[in-house]
Parts: sequence; structure tokens; C-alpha cells
Amino acid sequence: MRIALFVTCLADTLFPEAAKATVRLLERLGHEVAFPPGQTCCGQMHVNTGYQAQALPLVRRHTRVFDPYDVIVAPSGSCVGSVRHQHATVARRAGDVRLAARAESVAGRTYELSELLVDVLGVTDVGAYFPHRVTYHPTCHSLRMLRVADRPLRLLREVRGLDLVELPAAEQCCGFGGTFAVKNADTSTAMLADKMRHVLSTGAEVCTAGDSSCLMHIGGGLSRLHSGVRTVHLAEILASTERDDTMGERAELVVRS
Amino acid sequence: MTARETVLARLRAALGPAAPALTEVPRDYRRDGVVDIERLVDRLTDYRAQVHRVAATAVADTIAGILPAAAIVVVPPGLPSAWLPSTVTVLPDDDLDNARIAAAAAVVTAAAVAIADTGTVVLDGSPDQGRRVLSLLPDRHVCVVRTAQVVADVPQALARLTPHRPLTWISGPSATSDIELDRVEGVHGPRTLHVILLP
Amino acid sequence: MTRTFLGMPTAPTGVGHLRGAEPFPVAARRALADAQLRRNLGHATATIRAKSAAVIDEVPDWERLRAAGSAIKTDVMARLPELLEQLEQRVTQAGGVVHWAADAHEANAIVVDLVRDTGSDRVIKVKSMATQEIGLNEALEAAGIAPVETDLAELIVQLGDDRPSHILVPAIHRNRAEIRQIFLRAMPGVDPALTDEPADLAAAARRFLRQTFLSTPVAVSGANFAVAETGTLAVVESEGNGRMCLTLPRTLITVMGVEKVVPTWRDLEVFLQLLPRASTGERMNPYTSMWTGVTPGDGPQAFHLVLLDNGRSAVLADEVGRQALHCIRCSACLNVCPVYERTGGHAYGSVYPGPIGAVLSPQLTGVADNASLPYASSLCGACYDACPVKINIPELLVHLRDRAPHPHAESAVMAAAAYAMDRPALFAAAQRATRLSRLAGRRGRGLPPPLSGWTDGRDLSDPPPQTFRDWWANR
Repeated sequence: MRIALFVTCLADTLFPEAAKATVRLLERLGHEVAFPPGQTCCGQMHVNTGYQAQALPLVRRHTRVFDPYDVIVAPSGSCVGSVRHQHATVARRAGDVRLAARAESVAGRTYELSELLVDVLGVTDVGAYFPHRVTYHPTCHSLRMLRVADRPLRLLREVRGLDLVELPAAEQCCGFGGTFAVKNADTSTAMLADKMRHVLSTGAEVCTAGDSSCLMHIGGGLSRLHSGVRTVHLAEILASTERDDTMGERAELVVRS
Repeated sequence: MTARETVLARLRAALGPAAPALTEVPRDYRRDGVVDIERLVDRLTDYRAQVHRVAATAVADTIAGILPAAAIVVVPPGLPSAWLPSTVTVLPDDDLDNARIAAAAAVVTAAAVAIADTGTVVLDGSPDQGRRVLSLLPDRHVCVVRTAQVVADVPQALARLTPHRPLTWISGPSATSDIELDRVEGVHGPRTLHVILLP
Repeated sequence: MTRTFLGMPTAPTGVGHLRGAEPFPVAARRALADAQLRRNLGHATATIRAKSAAVIDEVPDWERLRAAGSAIKTDVMARLPELLEQLEQRVTQAGGVVHWAADAHEANAIVVDLVRDTGSDRVIKVKSMATQEIGLNEALEAAGIAPVETDLAELIVQLGDDRPSHILVPAIHRNRAEIRQIFLRAMPGVDPALTDEPADLAAAARRFLRQTFLSTPVAVSGANFAVAETGTLAVVESEGNGRMCLTLPRTLITVMGVEKVVPTWRDLEVFLQLLPRASTGERMNPYTSMWTGVTPGDGPQAFHLVLLDNGRSAVLADEVGRQALHCIRCSACLNVCPVYERTGGHAYGSVYPGPIGAVLSPQLTGVADNASLPYASSLCGACYDACPVKINIPELLVHLRDRAPHPHAESAVMAAAAYAMDRPALFAAAQRATRLSRLAGRRGRGLPPPLSGWTDGRDLSDPPPQTFRDWWANR
């Protein structure tokens, strides 16, 4: 299958390992990955901060760039949520009914990674090997906007060597929320403190999730605590094999403190 | 312009000139539940009501067992006299003032409807239930319910009730969750609720 | 296109409690520093969440009830003027008197005049969000009339000279030991041997209020529902203080936001299933009172219904925003909100706290007066899932953020970002520049203001050696 990668601006700029892992994983499963170079950002930050007019050209760009593809994947529940739940609204609000229809069509072909694997490609055992104790944070937009439910857990359970431990109060927000973490930094920090307490209580070496943004937030907090717990994107775990364990490289990137 | 005209004009302006879009209300929720008396008993008990299942002829004896001898008991004018034991002092409501009602030890009423799903009895002010104040001020409320009055769920209860009557829905004794969200029985209403359930 | 109604009046300033004195982040910072408050809130919200989840699990058709509740409310908003006229007609036919109030000032004046007509210098009150919203107690006090709050939590707040912090449980921020202290300090005639057992505290309130209930000739209530078809009003409560107020006085005055009307008697079958389970986590609340006008020989023989606008028409004018008027005041959204759980209700400034407050208050007052509230959320979406009438609060928050006044510096950054993001070459250059500036400028791990708020408590990982698109191009 030919699958277009919607890399997301955050993964592109700051967390390319998650995107590279997505490519490696899909290619290992026998699929062809395309990277439409005209893509930039889905506009979520603008919409969620109150700048829908500025988001309109980004919605238009995203729709135009991805419209030619039958299947589109992003290693981010949040950005897929934006495409699915915000793009048509932004277009409609601007009075552009045609764009809204096209955006809805693109949204219908856009999947978060675990959705793509389980629902479209029909796999839960992706042949991964990751010999670590891992806990999974379900991230709000994957959990409640996309309803990915237990798809990531089903994928993780099939990973050889992986010891999956349940995260207490998993469904509670980590406190990121985009500009929320800046505008309401104190409240965000209080939410993060509880999330970290729960992560540490699991005794896991690795906290994973389907969103680089939440992982950046949680990982930033854990790093400040010198906790030794690493944050690793779900795609990186699923891309890991006995021969190609990316953990070493990843650990250097994240944990230096 | 009166305030009435102002408010209505603003609301109409807010909605705009277009005719209101009709909204179809989906009514596919449960409305045909089957009455389950065990469930009613379970739910009443769960909210600390005391349930007594007795024969229709045993109401007076049951009440005699619940209320202390010589207790003053307020009763609505249409309550069956056979329900009242000779051990208590009956105070029929002939426009009693509030102080006398409040001073009574208990009140005995019938009910209009009981709801199994929620453990609720509903009073509608009929002669065997009386004015609302009767079941409010005394500290004990004894409510007699016939099985035929029990419905399965809230939709069935509303279908049986008459809107223009003053209705009091009672689910267990007075309670509050205002302190640390823990439920505590007994604030301003009756602190004890007995439900006598007849066949 | 969303229409904007300039000139649709919002709730007036200088009266009522819809506007906070300071922005949310400032008030939240103080609340977050109060460890006792956070413990109280954490315990209480966790308790209610568990209770509510358990009784909702019992209902196999919960989602169908939510859908029905949502549709009924949508229908109400579309037909609000005619439903109110119908309600007025039915209440009048049943012996009640209907008053209309365009704003808080008018509503307060109506109630004060009605109380004066009874000759009483005291009113007993059932907990009511509408009367808190309009500052009725202050208006009554200014007119020499003493309002007595009879709900236990409201009494705790009133005796403690405090402010409510939750829609359902206004004293949620207080624990039993604090409540005991308040009673010992401020409740006349209280037993000095009072313990901090909740049952003991409730009994103290019962003794304290009993004589007041029996001797006050006028009561003020709110309303949970008003049925247009029949003129029936409904008040949902737990303690029996509502029944006292609705039954004992000669005169009853009910103040109700116009959005509380429902079309038909049958509609109550939906809301009486949704509200208790979502609200107190009970299958049914202990007491629900329903009355239609005046019943000869039973209860108040004079009944006044005050229909309140106070900014609601401005909310109705916003096609997206109007769903905030669907709220049935259950407070489920507060109980699941990670922000509310940590800051409590006072930080929101308005009598309507939590997620629903963050979307309702700014609309009632105009967004400029509560500009920080739409941002008081991480958009986690828990409120939308919990809402028994499916108000899409995250959508509303985002919608209101778009209407809120923006700081100039932020606007400039957003415009620049959008400009670059619409030009891939420029975007790629900006990505590299971001990386370089981080590499060149960093000592420690901080970002410059305003982003420093984030890096104060977290480390930003090192920028990667190359962006994804560079890696892809060189593959």
C-alpha cells in the first residue's frame, strides 16, 4: 500500500525519530511511504490559540498537499484530531464550502498510527522487539477525540520482550495542551507533577504515547527530576527489532541532563 | 417597551429571521421496562429506606412495630383507618398548623407511584397522601405502597402522574453530600423513611 | 459564517458575580499554592467521579438518553421565545404571576419589591445559581432584607463569609474540620461540643434552620426545569431544605434563567434520569418537588416566576456558543476537569466555575470581560465525555478563544508563524534557524519569555541533528 506520511511540524522539527521510525515500520511491513514535501503544519496551534483566520491558509495547504493520497498517516493523535475535527470547521467558518468538503474527504483518509496499523493494515503483531518495562499514556486527543481505545495497547502487547505495566489514572491529562502549558504554566505543572508521580509509581523504564507533544511535556518533567525514565514514541517501539534497536541512540537524545 | 417585550425581542433577534429548524428528538431510550419488585426493595434499601413487605391486612401491626407506643402520628384525611394501630395517637390533618405537624413523631401516607429503577416513591397530594407539609416536618415518614403502584422506570412514572398536582419525589430519607461529597442521611426532611410494601 | 450581534446586551457590570477580579492564571497560582485546598478538591472530586461512574454504568441506554437530552435542548433554543410565552400562559392560568427581567438589576428589583410587599425582613433561599449570578443576596441586604441560605453547603459558605466554588457543592473546598470551625465561630446557638462528623454537622444545621423555616413567610428558589406545556416547575435537591422553602412560606418567588424551559412534561423523563446520575452520582436525588402555579390549601398561596435574560440572548445569538445554554447545572464537567481539580472554583472568578463556567461566563459578560477563561483548559475533552447533554465544551473553548482579545506580541508571533508555515522553503529555513538559535543561545535549558513558563518546570530536549525533511531528502 502507498501511504502518505503527514509528519507533523513538531516531529519534523524536534522529534524526527518518531517520524523516521514510522517510515521504517511501514516499510518493514511491506508498504511504500511517500513524503509530500509541500506539507508544513496542520494549523492546530493557531486554531487552539484563537487564530482561526491565520489557520485557514494552513488548512488549505494541508488539504491540497494530501488530497492526492488514498491513505495518510501521522504519528500524532493530536494532529490527526485537528485534521478530523477542526479543518472543515475552519473552512466553513471562512465561508469556503468547497474547501470544507475537500478537508472532510482528506480527514476521512487520515489515520493516527495505531489506527492505520490495526484498522487499515489489519496487524497487531508488527514483529517488534523491545526488551524493556514500558507504561503507556493514552494522550487526550487519541483517547477522546479519535477514540483509538486499546489499539496502541494491543500493538504493545505483541512486542517481544516488552513488559507492559498499567499507568494509574492513565486517562488524566498530562497538562500540556499546547499554549495552555505557557498561558497557564502553574496549573500545567501541577497536572504534570501528578502524571509523573503515576509514571514513576509503575517502575517503568520507558513511558510511551502516540503524541510527541505530550511526550515532550512528560519527558521534560522527568528529565528535570533526573528520574531515569525515558519517553519514547510508540512508533519507535514498534519500529524496534532485535537487529535494529533504536533505544541507544534515542536515550542519548532524550536523557542527557 | 416592557421588560417582557424587551426580552422576547432580544431572543427573537438572537435567533434571526429564519424559521426555527425542527429538531427530531430521538426517543429510543428504554420506556418499556418490566416491573421488578426485588429491584425496588434493593434500591430503597440501598438509600437507607427501611422496607417492610407485609400482607394488606398487616399494615397496622407493622406500624405498631415501627412507632413507639403513644407516638403522635399525623395522617392525611383520606388515609385508610384500618392502617392505623391503636397503640399510637392519631392526629388527622384538619388544617393543622405547622408547629403541631412539626411536633408529631411521625406521618403515615399512601403514595401515588413508586419507581423500581431508582427506589423512588412519589406523592401527589391525593386524600390518602395529603398536603406536602405533612410528609415534610415529622422526623419519621411511613409510606404505604401497593405493588400495583410500582412502575419500572422514570418514563413510566411520569406517564402515570398528573402534572398539575403538587408532586414530591422521595428517594430515601433526607440526605446531603455537601461535606466532602460523602452521603449523610438526615438533614431537614424526615430522617427515617419506612416503606411498607403491600402485595 | 457565525453572526456577531453587536448591541445584543450582555450581563451588566457592577452587579452580580460573573466577573473575577483577576485573570485565571493569577488566581489559579494562589489556589495551587494551597495544599489543603488541593487535598480537599482531589478527595471530593475523586469520590464523586467514582459514584457517578458506578450509577451511570447501571443504565444501558445512557448514550441514548444523552442524545435525547441534547436534542431536546437544541429544540428549546430554536423555539425559546414561543416556549416562554407558552410557559407564561400556563403558569398564569394556574394562579402564578410571571415577571420578566432583562438583566440582573431588573430581576433584583422585582424580587426586592415582591419581598417588601410581604412585609417580611427575611427570606429563606434554596440554592440557586441564577440568584447567585445576579447578586440577589446583596440586593436584598441593601434593602434591609436578610437572605438565609438553607442548603448546607450554601450555609457553610454564608457563615464562613466565603464564596461558592462548585455548582453542586459550593463548599467543596472545605473539609469537615474546617466546616466545624466555621459553625463554632458563626452559627448562633451552636453546641460547643460539636464534632466534625458529617452527620453531626448536618444535625447542627437542621437545628439551626428549623425555626427559621417555620417562621419566614417568603422564600426564593431557582428552578431546574419549567415545562412549557403544563406550567410545571421542578426543583431537584437532597436535604429537604428545598421542600421547606417550596412548601412552608405563604409566598414563593422563583428566579429562573430563560433557558431552563423544556417543551413537554414527557421531556422530564430524560432529564430526571440524566441529572442525578451525572450530578450527585445517585440513581435519584432524595427529593424532587414539582408544582404548577398555586394549589389551594397546599403550599404557598402566592407564586411569582421571574424569567431572567441577563446576557442569555447574547449567548443565543451565537450559533456555536448557544449550546452553553443547554447546561442543566449537574457539575459533572467540574468533577472530571483536571484544571478544576487543581485550582478549585474561585480561580474562575464567576459563580459558574469549571469547564462550563469557562464557556458560559465569557459569553454572558462578553468575552473581553472574561478573556482568560476560554484558555483555562488543556482541551483534554473529559468534560465533553462527562456532559449528560453532550455540550461540546472543547469546541466552544476554541470558538471563544477566537473571539477573545489577543495580546499584541502573541498576534505578531502567530501571524509570522502562519506566514512561514504557508511557505515550505521558508518553513524549512525557520526550522534550521530555530535549531541554531537554540544551540547558540542556550545556557541551561530555558526558553525566552513567554515560553519560559513552560521551561521553568521542564527540560526541552536537545534539538535533533537534522529535521525529518532533511533526513528524508538525504535518504
